[in-house]
Amino acid sequence: MGQNGAGKTTLVKHFIGLLKPTRGRVLVDGVDTRTVSVAQLARKVGFVFQNPDHQLFSETVEEEVVFALRNFGFDEKTIRERVDWALNLLDLTEYRKSSPFMLSGGERKRVALASVLAWDPKILILDEPTIGQDAYQKERLRHFIIQLNQQGKTVIVVTHDIEFIAECEPRVVLMANGKIIADRGAREVLTDPALIKESSLVPPEITQVFIRLNDLGFPRKVLGVYEAKRLILERLRGGLHNERT
Amino acid sequence: MSVLEGLRFRSISSPIHLIDPRAKLVYVCILFAVAVLFSQLIPLLIIFFSQIPLVLIARIKREWLRLIRGSIFFAALIFAANVISLYFYGGYPSLASIIEHSLAMTLRFLILVESFSIFFTTTSPDMLSLSLEQMGVPYEFCFAFTTAIRFIPVLAEEAQTIMDAQKARGLELERGSFLKRIKNYIPILIPLIVSAIRRSMELAEAMESRAWGASTKRTNLYSLKMKARDYAFIAISAAVLSISVYACFFIRIPRLIELIYLG
Amino acid sequence: MAIIEARGLTYIYPFAEKPAIEDVNLAIEEGEFVLLTGPSGCGKTTLCRCFNGLIPHFYGGRLEGEVIVAGLRTTEHPTYELAKHVGMVFQNPENQLFALTVEKDVAFGLENLGLPRDEIRRRVDWALKVTGIYELRDRAPFELSGGQQQRVAIASVLAMQPEVIVLDEPTSFLDPLSARTILETVHQLKRELGITVILVEHRLDLAARYANRIIVMDRGRIILDGEPRRVFLDDRVRLVGVGLPKVIRLYLALKRDEVDLGRAPLSPEEASELILGVLKSDRG
Repeated sequence: MGQNGAGKTTLVKHFIGLLKPTRGRVLVDGVDTRTVSVAQLARKVGFVFQNPDHQLFSETVEEEVVFALRNFGFDEKTIRERVDWALNLLDLTEYRKSSPFMLSGGERKRVALASVLAWDPKILILDEPTIGQDAYQKERLRHFIIQLNQQGKTVIVVTHDIEFIAECEPRVVLMANGKIIADRGAREVLTDPALIKESSLVPPEITQVFIRLNDLGFPRKVLGVYEAKRLILERLRGGLHNERT
Repeated sequence: MSVLEGLRFRSISSPIHLIDPRAKLVYVCILFAVAVLFSQLIPLLIIFFSQIPLVLIARIKREWLRLIRGSIFFAALIFAANVISLYFYGGYPSLASIIEHSLAMTLRFLILVESFSIFFTTTSPDMLSLSLEQMGVPYEFCFAFTTAIRFIPVLAEEAQTIMDAQKARGLELERGSFLKRIKNYIPILIPLIVSAIRRSMELAEAMESRAWGASTKRTNLYSLKMKARDYAFIAISAAVLSISVYACFFIRIPRLIELIYLG
Repeated sequence: MAIIEARGLTYIYPFAEKPAIEDVNLAIEEGEFVLLTGPSGCGKTTLCRCFNGLIPHFYGGRLEGEVIVAGLRTTEHPTYELAKHVGMVFQNPENQLFALTVEKDVAFGLENLGLPRDEIRRRVDWALKVTGIYELRDRAPFELSGGQQQRVAIASVLAMQPEVIVLDEPTSFLDPLSARTILETVHQLKRELGITVILVEHRLDLAARYANRIIVMDRGRIILDGEPRRVFLDDRVRLVGVGLPKVIRLYLALKRDEVDLGRAPLSPEEASELILGVLKSDRG
């Protein structure tokens, strides 16, 4: 996380070898990125770019998903299986033979995502996936990311959308001016006023409320609506509150 | 490409930068005429070197060198072509005179390159477009010109991003047979073209929303006025033209070889 | 008289089967700050395009009903005339700036209108100062940040001095701090100049506090139209799938547990004040 220009995208581009370090080194799955090509790293690291239109070029959605699989040398049978799987996963089966250019913005984002997931990389990088998305689409995306993570994938999300990630409480690597200024759990990082100031972020809404209530002895590190409610009710009812709510 | 770098405008304050683009345009045209007028090596050498003071005054030495360096390939091509055709289809007495003539032709090319360099590096695209407008070129063309220039860095960046995005899907751009590599550029070209089309639609919407086409008499925030120094520049160029015409028709210009042998 | 009025407005894009917006009726008075929201594809962008004439003139298609802007029927007047009354700021900052310097970009609309040079100079300087970008006037758009570019877009629109400014998801590409700054600037401009603002936004947590009216659309129709607090507390808003600000959700959660904050908060500042109020009265 970090402001636009803090260096987030620059950093993650190193993970797939699009950029090579000027000093120091980057190891992906034990391999130094300077010793392998981008295509080789891409087998393990799936990078979904911010603008799906920078990737879409095929005549059909199906071909779009097949593209990377062919590049990586999968056999035809596996390609068919993977395409079916990826399209199904992203609810795109009905658009299989449609032109990607005719789909809506949100659908094109799903096509780009499907084409990356198709080869089942163990690491997934999403660069600003929430731009232009409405609340429902973001909710869906969030569930999807959590699901992928639970299946064992390493997921790296580059974003400045605090509300989007606040309630899943991931590990947050905070950047400012090209440096990492914090690398801890979301609850620690997103509620620290000094860090927020340094990185020019805006704290989550609920945290903003509780920062102002800090003088009354409320904790500052509050992220979600339900925990906020619980804390307020506790104070009102003098400490004893039924957790069953 | 170093050739493009040699033509890029740099905003420096120099006397040449301040001269009206129209005056500079006159200068380029006159130089072109003079270069065509002479086919002998000595006058062309004089013209080539006489522009160097301008390059130094304008402080564009670096760009000028880049452009000359970038043109070496074509210059060599012109030289070789001339030598070969004159050798076989001749009319020239000796190898030395063939070489002298070919050098002269090459120099003609370089003189043009040189003047283009001076013109484009000292004229901002904005001022160039404005001067075209004031000379009567329809606004639509001037607008297309400046907008195209404004978007060059944007498109360049986008092309890079698209290449990155496709490389991240396993697209191999560096290896493979020649034919395969051409084919591999399709996933780069198509998103670039589609993006350019989308972008131009958005631009068109924005233009319409800002009253494009509202008035046939379009005004401008700035206007270029010719000052004394611009007229002086034109006058000097005209003088050079007159001297050249006189020299060309009324003075016998020696060949370099003759001078060498005489000496 | 309403500055923008739509009666029975229905529009179908060329080659489309279904209307993008259907039977829209609304009236916007001068000086209002209207927040237009709804899920992707609900028609909010289409509706905006109807306000300045891009629909039907630029897009073609079939328009039924009528839209009247500053007394002009949009089907009968060309876009360049409507542009004098309704200015539009688009989502992508990069694609609405064409000139090589900020100053020339702000002047663009005025040059199109054929205004005399000293008038253009005056308005350009004014617009640059009022949006706080006077120092950037000689810079190239490519060098600017997204937030700065959006300011240039706003200045270019303001220079034409329209009665209405429409902003179509202007914060999409901006980080939260720049987004906040832009919205704050727009709010300030509205206060100082009395300009009517129509803001299309998903980020209700940032924008709701400035609006005096929220219109929620879904599938081409207006579902809700009213004062923000009332709209947020309406049950239908949750069915539509609009992203309610978390402070509103907190208010509703507390309400379900019989704690009434008194008023639905539109910002974290307001929420903390109301919570303080409840805690104090509880003690006292």
